[in-house]
Amino acid sequence: MTTDTQKLVLKASGLVKRYGHVTAIDGADFELREGEILAVIGDNGAGKSSLIKALSGALVPDAGEILLDGKPINFKSPMDARKAGIETVYQNLAVSPSLNISDNLYLGRELLKPGILGKVFKMLDRKAMDEQAKAKLSELGLLTIQNIHQAVETLSGGQRQGVAVARSAAFAKHVVIMDEPTAALGVKESRRVLNLIKDVRDRGLSVVLISHNMPHVFEVADRIHIHRLGQRVAVVKPDTHSMSDAVAIMTGAMDPNDHPAGAFAA
Amino acid sequence: MASSNAKPATAEHELVAASASGDFAKFTAEKEPLLTRLHHFFHRYPTAAPAIVLMMAILVFTSIVGERFLHPFNMSLIVQQVTIIGILGIAQTLIILTAGIDLSVGAIMVLTSVIMGRFGVEFGLPPVLALGLGLFAGALAGYINGLLVTLFRLPPFIVTLGTWNIFFALNLWYSGSQTIRSQAIDAAAPILHWTGQSIEMFGARLTYGSLMMLALFVIVWYALNWTAWGRHVYATGDDPAAARLAGIRTDKILRSVYIVAGFFCAVAAWALIGRIGSVSPQAGMMANLDSITAVVIGGCSLFGGRGSIFGTLIGALVVGVFRNGLALSGVDVLWQDFTVGLLIIIAVGLDQWIRKV
Repeated sequence: MTTDTQKLVLKASGLVKRYGHVTAIDGADFELREGEILAVIGDNGAGKSSLIKALSGALVPDAGEILLDGKPINFKSPMDARKAGIETVYQNLAVSPSLNISDNLYLGRELLKPGILGKVFKMLDRKAMDEQAKAKLSELGLLTIQNIHQAVETLSGGQRQGVAVARSAAFAKHVVIMDEPTAALGVKESRRVLNLIKDVRDRGLSVVLISHNMPHVFEVADRIHIHRLGQRVAVVKPDTHSMSDAVAIMTGAMDPNDHPAGAFAA
Repeated sequence: MASSNAKPATAEHELVAASASGDFAKFTAEKEPLLTRLHHFFHRYPTAAPAIVLMMAILVFTSIVGERFLHPFNMSLIVQQVTIIGILGIAQTLIILTAGIDLSVGAIMVLTSVIMGRFGVEFGLPPVLALGLGLFAGALAGYINGLLVTLFRLPPFIVTLGTWNIFFALNLWYSGSQTIRSQAIDAAAPILHWTGQSIEMFGARLTYGSLMMLALFVIVWYALNWTAWGRHVYATGDDPAAARLAGIRTDKILRSVYIVAGFFCAVAAWALIGRIGSVSPQAGMMANLDSITAVVIGGCSLFGGRGSIFGTLIGALVVGVFRNGLALSGVDVLWQDFTVGLLIIIAVGLDQWIRKV
């Protein structure tokens, strides 16, 4: 459980992003504490995805400041965010279907052979990548992998999600951002992913979870960031607000300040 | 929102599921029917299908034509005949792996052969420099294609359809539609004929151009399979959005692919001069389509991200074997084209089937 004195890992203030006449982020604030699961909820079009993209480097905000461990950051690409220790699992998974599991895990951060083979001939160290990929997947309890050289497109939706989650969990140093990680999954597979999210938190990482699934959010989140019309309107805890309260705030049916616990109960 | 009155704790419907097998992400394959296994086999080894066709074609033509077909000299003749299309096929494979297509490979080849010839023979530059300038011009032409594709987001088909005409027109203008004769090249820039020289062993005659082609296939195979660049080429063609999110700068990859492809077109120009002896602005008119044919028969998917470089070599050899075998069988030339057309359609049909896993 978190306390108010806990260190902020990621903090954003006054973020703005416009696409022509559309304002996707309208002066949004964001705070993520160390070792917590922060759920971000909001109606469709509330600007959750844009906010998450700004934090993960996939989008450069027009205005506002993002601090990682108290230091201002200026991500130009997802690569920058990854180097800073922020990993993202995108809703559309961002895996390459025709590449195999090991290739996908190391896509964009391939290991090279030591010595002249790596330096001059840029030769990939496939053995090391395969071994580490296997170790990482089993460390996260994701298998039973028979063949790490299997193309990702031959896997089921849940298995692909497993690969995508494993990739981010395995490489993140600070923050894992997950955009709708259970959206495409069945009941059993969702359960495994939820447990995985808790595992990631218990290993000391901070997790941002974007989800429309209220039972999932209320089960795993330490705090819940409610986004509406491009802004953060409330931050609540599962024990101060009910699911109906959260949905009411998110859809505009309730003014967050009218709730007995207040708009920023957490 | 239907979920507003659900309980936050593990819901009842999940408890039911808990009694089921707890395996998540189970990667084992069960015993499957033969067709499914064949499907997976071809999916995993896309080169297998063209390789089987090649072997069967060799067997069939050996039984029809006899010894003469299988003789090392005839076999090496086929390799010589596919050398230029093979090198252009390497360039074409790289582009097609990124889900593009390059209609300008033939035009770049002819243009750079004219540049090599004119600089070496008519301007009297040191032959090595003339060759180097030609190779540079090829890379530059590829870079122009790459810029148009990445900066202006134009479809590769349209870009290269345009540059095909532009490069070909430049070639006619620059050459003055004049052929540079073989004797003149021998006198001024013999290095341009190096690719036509050959070594003989066991009755086979292999030109340096053919050996160069084989070496290039090995180099590109290495680059595609054993370097991060190669993995990124596949990822870019497979799903560019996913590749970008994985941190790959797909535009940079695309430009590098077009540059390398243009360079290989210029290498093909060198092989072309060695093979036909002279420099002709009219040579290689159909080379772009032939290179696409080799790539497609080699099992490369036109949708990108799928295929192997040696598939293209096999694809080029399949075409070479069919043309040579049919010619030796005394069949009319028109049936060679007919057969090649049939092979293309079968290959693309097979690819569609393979992609449905």
